[in-house]
Amino acid sequence: MADIATHDADHTIDHGHHSSTGLSNNKLAMWLFLGSECLLFGGLISTYMLYRGRVQNGPHSSQIYDIPFTSVSSFVLLMSSLTMVLAVSSAQRKDDAKTNLWLVITALLGATFIGGQVYEFTTFYREGLGFTTSLFGSSFYALTGFHGVHVSVGVIMLLSLMGIIKKGKITGDKAEVVELIGLYWHFVDIVWIIIFTLVYLIPS
Amino acid sequence: MTTVTETHADAHEHGMSDAGYIKIAIILALITGLEVSTYYVNFGPLFMPALLTMMIVKFVMVVSYFMHLKFDSKIFSFLFYVGLGLAIFVYCMALATFKFFIA
Repeated sequence: MADIATHDADHTIDHGHHSSTGLSNNKLAMWLFLGSECLLFGGLISTYMLYRGRVQNGPHSSQIYDIPFTSVSSFVLLMSSLTMVLAVSSAQRKDDAKTNLWLVITALLGATFIGGQVYEFTTFYREGLGFTTSLFGSSFYALTGFHGVHVSVGVIMLLSLMGIIKKGKITGDKAEVVELIGLYWHFVDIVWIIIFTLVYLIPS
Repeated sequence: MTTVTETHADAHEHGMSDAGYIKIAIILALITGLEVSTYYVNFGPLFMPALLTMMIVKFVMVVSYFMHLKFDSKIFSFLFYVGLGLAIFVYCMALATFKFFIA
């Protein structure tokens, strides 16, 4: 009996809390959260699509967008998805050293993307596009700014994850924790896949 | 039997090999290159459908392979795609009320 109790306790520690479906509650919650995030970004993208041609003052999108620069930023974020999935893969193999390495690279790539966005926003502002300059400016900064905040939160989550892995503070399934943060990171990437096409590549 | 069970569990846990993920990333990078090329090359009437198709292909590839939806429980796919479908429907309706789709 004691053996069974120990086995059950080990099972809980190894694989986290599971729902009646046999699936992890944490993973279910993350997918539900990501599903709801689609509605948030859907609203922001729709608003941009509606207002992108509404320029009473200030520059138009075609006058300020720097497609080669944004393409490099997009490529950086896309590659961060690869390094993130490699971190998840290493965590599943219980290879802590490689997990940390891939997490560091992912965080650096994310920070590079944010740096690019800060540079882009600064350039646009100098060229006359402020948040309240036009409906185009407001909807552009709201959409890309919200995305940038999501990437920044992702970088903070990655750095925190590295810290708690190093301190050995994860008591449950370590691979699942890395995977959950990975899911958030990939979501941020797929949102950018849509933004890059609809906002930057398709002219208004 | 044990080997079969372990192999299945292993595949479920890992989804793909690291080499597989790198191949997917290369394909995604190539598609991104093609997307960027539409800015420099005139694709004529194919411009919009080609861009939207490439965007959808990239989206599905990341969700299926990097986010493991292809290998995970269908319940996760259901939760995500219902949210996505609802967002597309609601905002297409909202855009339609503003006559967005009428040229």
